[in-house]
Amino acid sequence: MFARIWHSDAFWMFRRSPAAIVAALCAALILCGAIFAPWIAQSNPYDLSSFSLMDGFLPPAWEDGGSSRFWLGTDDQGRDMISSILYGARLSMLIGIVAMIIATVLGVGLGLAAGYYGGRFDAIVMRIADVQLALPAILTALLIDGIARGVLPSSMLENLRVVVLTIAIALSLWVNFARTARASVFVEKNKEYVQAAMIMGQRPFRVMMWHILPNIMGPLLVIMTVDLASAILLEATLSFLGIGLPADSPSLGTLIRIGMGFLLSGEWWILWVPTLFLVILVVSINILGDFLRDAFNPRLH
Amino acid sequence: MVYLILKRLLQSFFVMLAVAFLAFSLFRFVGDPVSQMTGVETSVEDRERLRDELGLNDPFIFQFARFTGDLVQGDFGFSYRTREPVGEMIAKRLPATLELGTFALVISLVVGIPAGIYTALRPRGFVSQSILLVTLVGVSIPTFVIGIILIFLFGVQLAWLPTFGRNGTVDLGGWSTSFLTLDGWRSLILPAMTLGVYQLTLTMRLVRAQMMEVLRSDYIRFATARGVPYRQLYFKHALANTMVPVITIIGLQFGGVVAFSIVTESVFQWPGMGLLFLESIRFVDIPVMGVYLVVIAFFFVIVNLVVDMLYVAIDPRLRVKEAA
Repeated sequence: MFARIWHSDAFWMFRRSPAAIVAALCAALILCGAIFAPWIAQSNPYDLSSFSLMDGFLPPAWEDGGSSRFWLGTDDQGRDMISSILYGARLSMLIGIVAMIIATVLGVGLGLAAGYYGGRFDAIVMRIADVQLALPAILTALLIDGIARGVLPSSMLENLRVVVLTIAIALSLWVNFARTARASVFVEKNKEYVQAAMIMGQRPFRVMMWHILPNIMGPLLVIMTVDLASAILLEATLSFLGIGLPADSPSLGTLIRIGMGFLLSGEWWILWVPTLFLVILVVSINILGDFLRDAFNPRLH
Repeated sequence: MVYLILKRLLQSFFVMLAVAFLAFSLFRFVGDPVSQMTGVETSVEDRERLRDELGLNDPFIFQFARFTGDLVQGDFGFSYRTREPVGEMIAKRLPATLELGTFALVISLVVGIPAGIYTALRPRGFVSQSILLVTLVGVSIPTFVIGIILIFLFGVQLAWLPTFGRNGTVDLGGWSTSFLTLDGWRSLILPAMTLGVYQLTLTMRLVRAQMMEVLRSDYIRFATARGVPYRQLYFKHALANTMVPVITIIGLQFGGVVAFSIVTESVFQWPGMGLLFLESIRFVDIPVMGVYLVVIAFFFVIVNLVVDMLYVAIDPRLRVKEAA
C-alpha cells in the first residue's frame, strides 16, 4: 500500500513541488494543532478559570511588555492568543470538514443517481443545481440561516447554532459535487466495465458505488479540497458578519470580528494573529487543491 | 434574433416567477405573519379578523397570485421590524449598492483584462509570475480580510481615506449619488477596491486562460506563419475571440458582486442593500428578506438579458446559426 502511494505519479509530482510540500505541512500542522488543542493549549477559552483579566492586552513576547508565557500575546480578557486560535481552528475545521463531508455525500449521491438514471430525475436535480449555481454560496448560506432563525424557536436556536451553520454551509456547496459526479458518470456509464457489471445483473446502487465511484474519485478529491477551503472561508465570513457563531464559541471568524474592535487602538495582534492564521490555512488548502488538479489532469503528464 | 430574445424573455419570466414563489413561501411559511404584526394583547377575534383581511385563509394559489400582483405593482409590503414600507427601504438603499457594485466591476475589468492579456502573452516572465502569485493569494484571502487590510493601510496607518460610511452624497431626485463630490469618491474608493479585488483576480485568470487557449489555435498559428505583425496578431485576431467569453464573465460576476457586497458593506458600514439584508436576517424580518431576493433576481435577469444580446451582437457566428 505504502509503496504503491510512494511510486504513484501524483506522489512523484508532489515530491518535486516545493509549494505543495510546504502547503501540506502547514495544513497538517494546523490540523494537528486543532485536533490536539485541549492538550497543547495552556488555557481553555471556554473555561473562565483558566485565564485572568490581569493578563489582558499583553503584546507578543518579542514586543516591549510582552511576557514569555504568552508568546503571541493576550486579548482584552487575558486569553492566550495561541490557545484561542487553536480552539478557534478546532471549531472552524470541525464545521468545515463536516460541512464538506455532508456536501460530498449529498452532491455525489444526487450526481451519481442523476447521471445513472437520467431522464426526469436528472432534469429536476440539474435545474435545482442551475438555480443554486446562480446564487453565490454566501447568499445561500445566509438565506438558510435566516430561514432557520424564523422556523426554530429561539431557545433551541442557541444550542443548535453550530449545527445550523454547518448545514447552511453544506447546502450551499453540494452543487459542484453533483455536477462533477454527473458529468463523470455520463462518461463512465458507457464503458465496458460498467456495461459488464450491469449485464451481470448487479443492482444500480452497487454499480454506482463499487464500479463507477472509485473511477471518478480523482476530480471529486480535487473538489473536496477546494470546497474544504470554501467551507472554512464561509464559516469565517458568516461568523465575522455576526450571523454565524455567537461570541462565546470562538471560531476563527469570531476571533477576527472581536479583533476588529481593536483595529484603531493599537493592539494589533488581537486582530492580525487570527487573520494571518486563517489566511495561511486557506491558502495552504487552496495550493493543495491546485496541485491535486494538476496531478489528476492526464493532459499535463 | 427576435426568436432568441423572446425565448430568453420567457425564461426570465419563469425565473422571476420562481423567485417570487420563494419570497412568498418565506413570507407565508417561515413564522406566522399575523403573530408578527400583532402584539401580545391582541385578542383572538382581532387576530382572526386580521387573518381574514390579509387573505391568509384564501386558497394558496390565490394568495400567491395576489402576492405576485402586488409585487408587480410595486407594493412590497411592510417590514416587521421598522413598520416602514419595504419598497421605500430598498429604494433608499439601492443607489449605494448599485454605485458600489458598478465601480467595483469597472475596477475589475479595467485592471483585470489588460493584466490577463499580459500574463497570457508572457507566461514565463517575472512580472507575469508575480501577478499570478498575487492573484492566487488574492483568491484565497476572504473579502472581509481584504477590507480590513485596506482599512488598516489607507485608513489607519496613512489616514488618507475614510474607513466607514458613505459621505458626500448628492441627492438627484431620490437617487443619492457619491459620484459628484470629492468626499463621495473618497469614501467609495476603499469599499469598491475591496469588492473589486476578488472579481479582478477572477477576470484576470479567465482572460488569461481564454487568451492562451486562443493563441494555441490553428488560425493564430497560420496567421503567424503568414507573417502577420505581432501587434495585429495579438490585439486584433486573438483578442476578438478572447472577448466573447469575457462578456459572459461580466454577467456571471454580477452574482458575486451582489454576494460580496453584503460582506463589504458590513465591513465598511456602507448603507446599501446588503447591510439591510444582513439586518433583516438578524431580526428575522421576512418581508425584507423576500423583497431583497426579488430585487436581486430582477437585476440578475436584466443583466443576463443584456449580456445575451451583446453576445449575439458581438459574435457573428451566432447570427449565422440563427439564419440557417
